[in-house]
Amino acid sequence: MGKVVECPECLAQFEVPDDVIVGEIVECPDCGAELEVYEVGENGVKVRVATVEEEDWGE
Amino acid sequence: MTLKLGILYDRAKWEEKALKREAERRGLKVSMLNILNSVMQVSDGNEFQEDVYIQRSLSFFKGLYSTAILEHHGKTVINSYKTSVTCGNKLLTTLALVKHGVPTPKTFVAFSEEAALKAVEALGYPAILKPIHGSWGRLVAILNDPSSAKAIVESRAYLHPIHKVFYIQEFVKRPPRDIRSFVVGDRVIAAIYRVAPKGEWRTNTTIGGRVEVCPITDELEDLSLKAAEAVGGGVLGVDIMEGGNGLIVHEVNHVPGFANTARVVKQNIPGLIVEYARELAKR
Repeated sequence: MGKVVECPECLAQFEVPDDVIVGEIVECPDCGAELEVYEVGENGVKVRVATVEEEDWGE
Repeated sequence: MTLKLGILYDRAKWEEKALKREAERRGLKVSMLNILNSVMQVSDGNEFQEDVYIQRSLSFFKGLYSTAILEHHGKTVINSYKTSVTCGNKLLTTLALVKHGVPTPKTFVAFSEEAALKAVEALGYPAILKPIHGSWGRLVAILNDPSSAKAIVESRAYLHPIHKVFYIQEFVKRPPRDIRSFVVGDRVIAAIYRVAPKGEWRTNTTIGGRVEVCPITDELEDLSLKAAEAVGGGVLGVDIMEGGNGLIVHEVNHVPGFANTARVVKQNIPGLIVEYARELAKR
């Protein structure tokens, strides 16, 4: 059984995998928004709209 | 004793989860360390309990400085600060490659718009203007003629001052693809072609470049290892062009993405990186 989160963009509720970790990106199955997991703990999993790209990101 | 591996990251992508999975399969104890949630003590190193670390931060500066702190406390980080600072800076990379006799495109650096345009004239058209820091082809521009060169060089005045260090390179005639080879320690473990998408001269997979398997020839192996050694060694992605007179290295990446490569090559890239980390920790 996955953990349920609510999309901050479209308010759809959907499940994320059990092994999800902070920093992972999940996609809202309803609106397609890319969401960043920022908390995994006793209060469940929390997501927010992900940063698209920062200037010093890369390889 | 169980070896403890720390994976430093800011965004958990396929690569970071694959490294975790491969390390756990090999019996290592893995800590996923999100550097965005870390407060690192600079004066006291006791909080760092792992034997060896793999740095995977997408952010160049955050990765670089968290590596510096860990190394200061005597920890082994893949890659080292020296390798990271060199690879994250195109000018330092070029200097290292030239010093070690690795073929690399002819490059000029200029510190004003006027001097930058003189450098382009000296190199001839087309030439390439690149930011000293930066990845994924961001702000890399082709200067086709004097008027476009002037417009592009002038546009840099409105960006961060680092963009007024003009790093200008000859445009190497090559097929619409380049090679990315993966070096882990003293081995070339895999290589791919990155084929430029239609209507684009850059080959970065982040902007749609397609991936195909590339055979590891003796020349490719030799050049990749030499380039890796030049920048300080470690786990590296070496970017190579097929020029008219042989292979030419233009860049070495110190936090190489490998999700697209892992889809096409047989080698277990994350597994080999973990084994390298284990070897280094034992030394």
